[in-house]
Amino acid sequence: MIRHLLSGADLDADTATEILDTAAEMATVAGREIKKLPALRGRTVVNLFYEDSTRTRISFEAAAKRLSADVINFSAKGSSVTKGESLKDTALTLQAMGADAVVVRHPASGAPHRLANWVDGSVINAGDGTHEHPTQALLDAYTMRARLGRLAGLSVAVVGDVLHSRVARSNVLLLSTLGAKVTLVGPPTLIPVDIAAALAPGTDVSYDLDSVLPNVDVVMMLRVQRERMNDSYFPSAREYARRYGLDGPRMRRLPEHAIVMHPGPMNRGMEITPEVADSPRSTIVEQVTNGVSVRMAVLYLLLGGNNR
Amino acid sequence: MAYPPAARSSPPRQPSVKVILASADVQRVVDRIAHQILEKTQGAAETVLLGIPTRGAPLARRLASRISTFEDVAVPVGVLDITLYRDDLRRHATRAIGPTELPAGGIDGKRVILVDDVLFSGRTVRAALDALNDVGRPASVQLAVLVDRGHRELPIRADYVGKNIPTSLAESVKVTLAETDGTDEVKLYGGTTS
Repeated sequence: MIRHLLSGADLDADTATEILDTAAEMATVAGREIKKLPALRGRTVVNLFYEDSTRTRISFEAAAKRLSADVINFSAKGSSVTKGESLKDTALTLQAMGADAVVVRHPASGAPHRLANWVDGSVINAGDGTHEHPTQALLDAYTMRARLGRLAGLSVAVVGDVLHSRVARSNVLLLSTLGAKVTLVGPPTLIPVDIAAALAPGTDVSYDLDSVLPNVDVVMMLRVQRERMNDSYFPSAREYARRYGLDGPRMRRLPEHAIVMHPGPMNRGMEITPEVADSPRSTIVEQVTNGVSVRMAVLYLLLGGNNR
Repeated sequence: MAYPPAARSSPPRQPSVKVILASADVQRVVDRIAHQILEKTQGAAETVLLGIPTRGAPLARRLASRISTFEDVAVPVGVLDITLYRDDLRRHATRAIGPTELPAGGIDGKRVILVDDVLFSGRTVRAALDALNDVGRPASVQLAVLVDRGHRELPIRADYVGKNIPTSLAESVKVTLAETDGTDEVKLYGGTTS
């Protein structure tokens, strides 16, 4: 088993499948009266969050607690970071307190990779800059497998702000490892040149959402990340929504069985309309539920045994 | 005192393999346990069989099918995975977890009979009792094993034993079943032949 989970590329097909299978067993715990397992009793998991997050931090916290680990939440606001402490010094402090795993979210791409060289415990990337978010890709893969029964051979469209999306990068890496075919869709300004070839050969790029929709099993809408946009990548929000937003008429052009995903948080009316977000095809709420099971599986597989 | 050099040149000792129960014996033993369960539980009323993976699961299914043959009662069968409750989790590389399948009627208020292939230290059964505690509240818990090889490390004993095999700690007992390994057999490995 691997020691850290930093990138969707850390996982080969067997390891990724093992995580998804373990997550399926972890999911049964959620249906029990006592939603707790003793597997990580006495282990300490630190949630180190340098960026705002609701679902990822709570999801990791719930996952660690269901496995009986002790959880310490650290957010940059109101900590020594505001006094100028570096990531390395913070990491060494956590190390000295005996953290067995550090779940890190950081605005700088690559920060978890640096952290992995400084601490003895496992490092789990919970989103770094515009780079990667591997547990999101795992929970997306889990959701697709649960709804559609398989991953190999699936056709997945990832639509929107690919340039700033760590979710898109991790998904392309993981889904292509597991045999699905990904098409990146968005305005040319938001899809980096050569990204498909750089991430995974076999990935397609399209600038026309309507021509892609009839042939996909999954359409994954990405959030338009206005907080990361310094330039104008498209003329106006309305024009973006018109060309790349998923609304009712567009949804009805999808094949009968196709599902609609979104990693959240959504900009309703921008990349997705409420009609689509609240439709039975939407897996947005399931994704949150599955996130806890998948993160339990990751924590168990990284920390459960003696993998040093 | 050192052995004379001549002793070392004697032929190397061979690890022995002894068949304790052959295929027909395993079936007879399962039949007997099924009868004992019927006898001790007044016809297996309000009883649930839970197998501990790997080989306890097929054993539990066999017991249920023999019980229904003998007395025409359907005993609910399930599987209880105990991996996450083991006390040696962090002494080994991470173990894969198996499925837990409880019967539709649940286990609350029932007589649960845990089924496993070999009873040894008793630590697996301790883990199973903890796991059981998290999935429901049985009225009582009993234990059925195909083989009891002794060397308990915890105050645990079986209610139904297929065969007691006195062993030394150097020996190992291996149960194979048709469902998981192709043949029904119980073998004793190790020790030495002189």
